[in-house]
This record gives sequence, structure tokens and C-alpha cells, in this order.
Amino acid sequence: MSPKTLYDKIWDAHVAHEAEDGTCLLYIDRHLVHEVTSPQAFEGLRMANRKVRAPEKTIAVPDHNVPTTTDRANAATMTEDSRIQVEALDKNAKDFGINYYPVSDIRQGIVHIVGPEQGWTLPGMTVVCGDSHTATHGAFGALAHGIGTSEVEHVLATQTLIQKKSKNMKVEITGKLRPGVTAKDITLSVIGATGTAGGTGYVIEYCGEAIRDLSMEGRMTVCNMAIEGGARAGLIAPDEKTFAYIMGRPHAPKGAQWEAAMAWWKTLYSDDDAQWDKVVTLKGEDIAPVVTWGTSPEDVLPITATVPAPQDFTGGKVDAAQRALDYMGLTPGQKLTDIAIDTVFIGSCTNGRIEDLRAAAAILKGKKKKDGLRAMVVPGSGLVRAQAEEEGLAQIFIDAGFEWRMAGCSMCLAMNPDQLAPGERCASTSNRNFEGRQGYKGRTHLVSPAMAAAAAITGHLTDVREMM
Amino acid sequence: MDKFDKLSGIAAPLPLVNIDTDMIIPKQFLKTIKRSGLGVNLFDEMRYDREGNEIPDFVLNKPAYRDAQILVAGDNFGCGSSREHAPWALLDFGIRAVISTSYADIFYNNCFKNGILPIVLPPEQVAVLMKDAEKGANARIEIDLENQTVTAADGTAFHFEVDPFKKHCLLNGLDDIGLTMEKSAAIDAFETKASAARPWV
Ligand code: SF4
Repeated sequence: MSPKTLYDKIWDAHVAHEAEDGTCLLYIDRHLVHEVTSPQAFEGLRMANRKVRAPEKTIAVPDHNVPTTTDRANAATMTEDSRIQVEALDKNAKDFGINYYPVSDIRQGIVHIVGPEQGWTLPGMTVVCGDSHTATHGAFGALAHGIGTSEVEHVLATQTLIQKKSKNMKVEITGKLRPGVTAKDITLSVIGATGTAGGTGYVIEYCGEAIRDLSMEGRMTVCNMAIEGGARAGLIAPDEKTFAYIMGRPHAPKGAQWEAAMAWWKTLYSDDDAQWDKVVTLKGEDIAPVVTWGTSPEDVLPITATVPAPQDFTGGKVDAAQRALDYMGLTPGQKLTDIAIDTVFIGSCTNGRIEDLRAAAAILKGKKKKDGLRAMVVPGSGLVRAQAEEEGLAQIFIDAGFEWRMAGCSMCLAMNPDQLAPGERCASTSNRNFEGRQGYKGRTHLVSPAMAAAAAITGHLTDVREMM
Repeated sequence: MDKFDKLSGIAAPLPLVNIDTDMIIPKQFLKTIKRSGLGVNLFDEMRYDREGNEIPDFVLNKPAYRDAQILVAGDNFGCGSSREHAPWALLDFGIRAVISTSYADIFYNNCFKNGILPIVLPPEQVAVLMKDAEKGANARIEIDLENQTVTAADGTAFHFEVDPFKKHCLLNGLDDIGLTMEKSAAIDAFETKASAARPWV
């Protein structure tokens, strides 16, 4: 047999039909659904009198648009249009008989955190969701990607997706990370090196010692941002850490099923002589704690650097850099550590897991946020929130002056009232620093949870290594 | 879905790289549970000021481009979120085709599912069409999907590539779900085989 990549293996195991031109029907093992990109899909099913083909493989949870205030059990805290979307999901989940975690359920949270937490996401699966950060699930060696609403409807009706195979890209991070450097710094540094379109047309497999050394939480952070590098999906081969994370989760296989699953999961790796269409290698030792200075996730620099000038770039990027600097209100040559911050946001499917909260709390312990600065922690799920309370992390955040919120996407995309005001500047653990992403004219600097915590204490972007 | 075969229309120039879906349709407009009505909010934050007044400089607010059916844009158009509200907003405004050097993957697929043709051309050809588009309503661009050509105002024609299956669906206005359901025997067979091999799924 010819050697295969991990992506090749998962792909081959899921092709239900292949047309002559190579267009395939890819069978979907898990379909995750949330309130914002699904109502039109369910409406389409109703209009055509169609059913959900595999409701047992379909999991819905409201997250993007729900309030994260503690009084949210009271529906009156929701704006009219948010409430309509959440109610539509309630009704669609019930009418079509799919798995559902409503806002009142402690298991509710960001869809990409709930899936792995509940054991829905398993190695070798195909996972889709009407959300581009579905790549997160690739950390388990699952082929996971975001889809549009028409595709959501297509998967609901047929449990398949029309796909052509992507190319294989390997991103290897060799060696060890230095202290203070996290999974977030890896994933941002990769995008900085390859650009936001560097992965377009590819599925990325992340490998190398620095990736192997990461926890499952860290691996999810890395895969989460594969889409910011333009890739269809990001993957990491499953190993003992993966299996240990999955074992005992509510929807993980048990007994003989577990043994059978393990037998297959252990074959899920790229063969030694597999062919790659593109290879990128970074040295773990070279990666520093990074921040973004502009309005694209590729605008990444080590925290020790200065704000670049438009002339530092070439081609279309010159104008883009000028526009980004104007938008961000920054001056070339300014030290990144001199940039003052108004808001700190810790959360999102990139960095809203327990390990992220631990990393931030370790920096904040016994300290206070800078006066006048707004700081919030939004745990990725109700269960993460509960665990953080049990471990005493919540108290550390509260003592430091942070708001301790309920689970949801919150200020990652600012659909609910958690928004930046015009001109406000935020150190954020989320994944997108686009214009207006966190609020109209809001300014976002993407950072790791530890870096966000450090910025909260000093009131400006800060090299976390000085606080360790 | 509306068919797409030929289009002769006004093209609006948007010479920015990395135009993301948050710019195309900001998230406050994702709260709808319908597909229609998003056109007025297309490029909302570039198109209107905070009070909701039009910003006269923005290309789609200029009289020449109010009826534009084509966008000519910089590299990596449609990056970011998977929101299909982006093509819905384009379509609702009246845009049926986009011309750029490259697109983000999900956006590219979403266009075809909504009867919008995203055309990829090399940078020098996009530059020619961008110049044309900047001439306003006098310079119409013609697109012929059957023959896979874009013709500039002066008659220069460029050939573009498009996936044959996607082209077929767009030319005939075919709905993917209906097409896939015709293959349900294959899906059934796959499901039986897969659940024997991987019963834990
Ligand atoms: S946390 Fe942000 S990126 Fe993640 S699913 Fe929610 S909105 Fe999308």
C-alpha cells in the first residue's frame, strides 16, 4: 500500500461516493450546530419537507449570541433578536430530535469546547459545524472543518458533504518551547510565518516535539487557529494523551467498543514516507510570547518588538499595513510594551478551557488588575466554570477585579452586549483581530491567557516572562 | 437558486486585500433567522457612519456603482468567519460575481451555493479589470460562465478556471441537496459498512 498521511487515512475512510471528476460525498460522523448559522438551514428542511438524517450524530448548543451575565436565566436579559435565535434553536432541536444542551444546562458552552468535553469528538472522525473554528476538534486527530449554512442544511438532510480533497501540508514545531511560551504563541507564530492565505487549499497536520509536548487543551488552541492560516482543517495525530483525555467521557466508547476503537485509533498517524505538498518548520526555541499589532492574525510580532512601518512590507500589504496602523491608532517604532490597554478578555474556543484559566490565574494570584481597566473571564463551558470554581481559580480572578461570567462566545465576536466601545483597546485571548470584530471601531491585540493576565495587571501589553 | 450563465454589469472596485466576512456583513446582522434582507447592511461599517448616514466616499455609495453586479477585489477575499450571511448580503445587494486573485475556502464554496460566481484570475488580469472598474458605470464587464471568459470594457477577454461540477450546478441553478439525495443508495451502503467497521461512532 502506498504511504498515506493522517488526512489521507481519515478521508479514505469516509468517502461514501466519488464522481468521475473527483467530487466526493464525504460521510459526516458528528455535526455540531449553534443558533446563529442554523436557523435558515432548518427553515430549508421544513420547506422541503425533509428530516434530519442522523439526529443521534447531531449536537446543538446555543453559544454565539447568549448573554454571559449571571442573571441570564431570566430571558428578559436577552435582546429581542438574540432571544428569537435561541428560541428557534430550542424548537429546532426538539422538532428534529437532535442532542441538545440548552442555556440552562451546566454542560452548555462554546460548541468547540462542549464537543470534546462530552466525548462527542473522537479520533478519526469527520466533524463539521457552521463555524470556522471547527478546526479545533482536529486536536484529536479528527478531520474537522467549518461549513456554511447551505452546507449545514446539506449535512442535516444527507449526513454528507460535497467535497474535493485538499492538499497535505505539514507544520512541524521542533524542540522545546521556552518558559512563558504557549500553544497560542505557536499557532500565532505559524500564521505570522505563512500568512492568512498560506494554508488555503490545504489540510495542515501539526507535528514535532513541541506539539507532542502540549496538553490536549494546548493542541486544541493550535488547531483552532488553522483557519486563520487559511487551511481547511488542522490535525494532530492522536497519542496516549488523546486517549487519556477521551476515556470515561459521557459519549466516549466503553468496554469492548473502547478496545475496538483504540485498535483503529492507533493506526491514525502519517506514514514515514508520506508525501507532503508543503512543509513548514519552526524551531520551538525560536518562538517568543507574541502579540498582534494589526487587523489580521498574520500581523504577529514578539512582545519585545516595535510597531512596524508600512514600508517594511511589500505589494498589497503596504496599504493594508497603513490602514491597520490607522485603525489601531499605532505609530511605527512604538514599543509594543508601551501600548496601553482598556479591556482584557479571557475566553473563547481558542483559550477558554481550564488550562487557559489556570495559566491566567497563576499570573494573577495575589495581584490586582490596573485601576480603571475592564477585565472579564468567560469560561468556555459551564463545566469549565464549575471546575475553575472548585480549584479556587474563580476566586483569584474575582479578587484581582475580573468579572466572572457564564459560558459563551461573548466578546470573541461581540454579538451579545459584551463589546468594545469605539477606540477601546483590548488584550484578548480570542482568535480574530479584524476591524470591528470585538465591537465597532474596537481594537484587538491577540495574546495568550498568561499575556492577557499580565496586561491586566500593568495596564499595557506586557512580556509575561518578566512576571514569572 | 437562480441560474447563472451570462452577466454584463457594472463592476465596483474594492482594491483591499484580506476583505473578511466581518467587513462584508458585521456580526450584529447575523441575528436574523432569514436569508433575505441583508443587502442594506452589506459592508455596513465601511458604508455608513455611526448615525447610519451613508459615507459618500465608499464605492457602493457612489452614484456610478449603486447598481453594481460585480465586485473586483484584492487578494484573499472573504476570509474569516464561515457566515453564509456574507454571500446572502452580496446577493441581496445585487452582486452576482466577484473577481479576485484568491478567496478563502469556505466563502468560495458558499458563493456557489447561492448563485454567485467567484472568479479567480492572475494578479495582472485583476489589475486590468480593477482599472476598468474604476472608470465607473461606463465600463461594463462581461462574464460568460459557459465559455469561462471575463471580457473587459475594451474587448480584452480573459479565461478563468472553474470546477466542472460547480459550473454545471450554477448554469442550471441546481440544488445540491436534491442531487445528493439521488445518491442515497450509496450513502446507505456506506453507513452500513462504516457502522460495522466503527460501531462506536
Ligand atoms: S468563541 Fe469565538 S471563534 Fe469560537 S465559536 Fe465562539 S465566536 Fe466562534
